Amino acid sequence: MPELQGFGAQLAAGAWVTTQVAVYAMAVAVVLGLLGALAKEAPVAPLRWLANLYTGMVRGLPELLVILLVYFGSARLLTTAAGWFGHNGYVELSAFAAGVVALAFNYGAYLTEVFRGALHTIPRGHVEAGLALGLGRRRIFRRIVLPQVWRVALPAVGNIFMSLLKDTALVSVIGIEDLMRETALAVGYTKEPFTFYLAAALIYLGLTAVATLVIHTLERHTSHGMRTLSS
Amino acid sequence: MNETSAALEVRNIHKRFGGLEVLRGIDLRAGSGDVITLIGSSGSGKSTLLRCINLLEPPNEGEIIFDGESLALRRARDGTLVAADQQQITRLRAGVGFVFQNFNLWPHMTILENVIEAPRQVLGYSRDRAIADAESLLEKVGLADKRDGYPAFLSGGQQQRAAIARTLAMHPRVILFDEPTSALDPELVTEVLAVIRDLAEEGRTMLIVTHEMRFARDVSTQVVFLHEGRIEEQGPPSKVFESPESPRCREFLASHL
Ligand SMILES: Nc1ncnc2c1ncn2[C@@H]1O[C@H](COP(=O)(O)OP(=O)(O)O)[C@@H](O)[C@H]1O
Repeated sequence: MPELQGFGAQLAAGAWVTTQVAVYAMAVAVVLGLLGALAKEAPVAPLRWLANLYTGMVRGLPELLVILLVYFGSARLLTTAAGWFGHNGYVELSAFAAGVVALAFNYGAYLTEVFRGALHTIPRGHVEAGLALGLGRRRIFRRIVLPQVWRVALPAVGNIFMSLLKDTALVSVIGIEDLMRETALAVGYTKEPFTFYLAAALIYLGLTAVATLVIHTLERHTSHGMRTLSS
Repeated sequence: MNETSAALEVRNIHKRFGGLEVLRGIDLRAGSGDVITLIGSSGSGKSTLLRCINLLEPPNEGEIIFDGESLALRRARDGTLVAADQQQITRLRAGVGFVFQNFNLWPHMTILENVIEAPRQVLGYSRDRAIADAESLLEKVGLADKRDGYPAFLSGGQQQRAAIARTLAMHPRVILFDEPTSALDPELVTEVLAVIRDLAEEGRTMLIVTHEMRFARDVSTQVVFLHEGRIEEQGPPSKVFESPESPRCREFLASHL
């Protein structure tokens, strides 16, 4: 391990922030992705347009730009909204919240396509079997469709999480004290860029290794009844 | 067959897929304990008729009467008839079982979980009661040892028997079978037909779409021959199989017996 000149604790704190940003953003992105996938399959045309606009926009914009837009745009939106409720003055999302929302916005679009693909693998007959027994639509979605979508999508969702984890480095531009930013600060003080960038690299690798392990465990837990994985 | 003993009745069912008129006015009535088999060439509308009965397919016209109760229908924007009363259609679907050609077991659940899902949710059974029920039904269809297995690891015949157990777990008054053995390898057909035969002997009310003519002759109280969306011949198996009036039915039987 290279000599960290007392910046070890700061890097650890940054790694923890990075982990939190990644996990929260992923949770929100999964929700957005499921809603997006359902909207794309909805019988109501405006919902489909909205979902297509969403994924189209994300596909066409650099992620960094989306992060900056959400950060500064949300502050405008919130300040205006607060004005309506009689609150005068500047309101903004914390950098942390803005970073989470911006990453989730991006990754929710990728997950929309993943979940939509997974939805298409569920045979219509599985839903019909539920209907024929008198089960309600919501129950069928929750008990029959969703668990199957989840396990079909999980490998792709895992990959997406890995790339989200790495992309958290982008949120350092809006001042979140994540691993990337703490590293840059340490470099600024010590003038030893290689040492600290190397340390950061090792920590990122450690984080992705843990993530890989978690994803594998999840896959094993959801693969029951699938012939290819469990045999 | 008097008016009150009908378990299930449909009147004047019409169904179109786009410009294709698949059902052209079907009237059918199943008294309690009737076993009605529906035969006819492929594309004559047998499956569609069955699917219209529990509204898996919305008909364009018609009336469905289950247990003395006419199903309230309303016209959807595309011109088909859909259920107007959610509770009533749930009652009908809970009381009219449906067995699919390709089983449609839920692959992420064990056989036992497949069987107890609907009784727990729709009939409000406790877990213990649903499991006790399911175990005796799995025993009955010869799958007691597979309760904790997953569908993908069962043979087609076993999957279909599990699907029948899942349907029976709702204690349905009527069971609809949509070509229950058509997706099976020939050597697995007998075990499934044996289970359905047992159900017939118990006096259950059933409508069965099948291509197994010998089976139809043995178990039916009534045979219905469909041709191009209309009932072309109908009667007890002795009459339909031995002296059908319709030349088309004669032709069909000649090529299928
Ligand atoms: N969902 C559907 N969309 C369009 N056409 C359909 C659909 N289901 C069935 N059909 C058509 O309706 C006709 C009757 O089909 P079906 O009821 O399956 O006949 P059978 O069960 O007697 O073989 C066929 O021509 C079939 O192609």
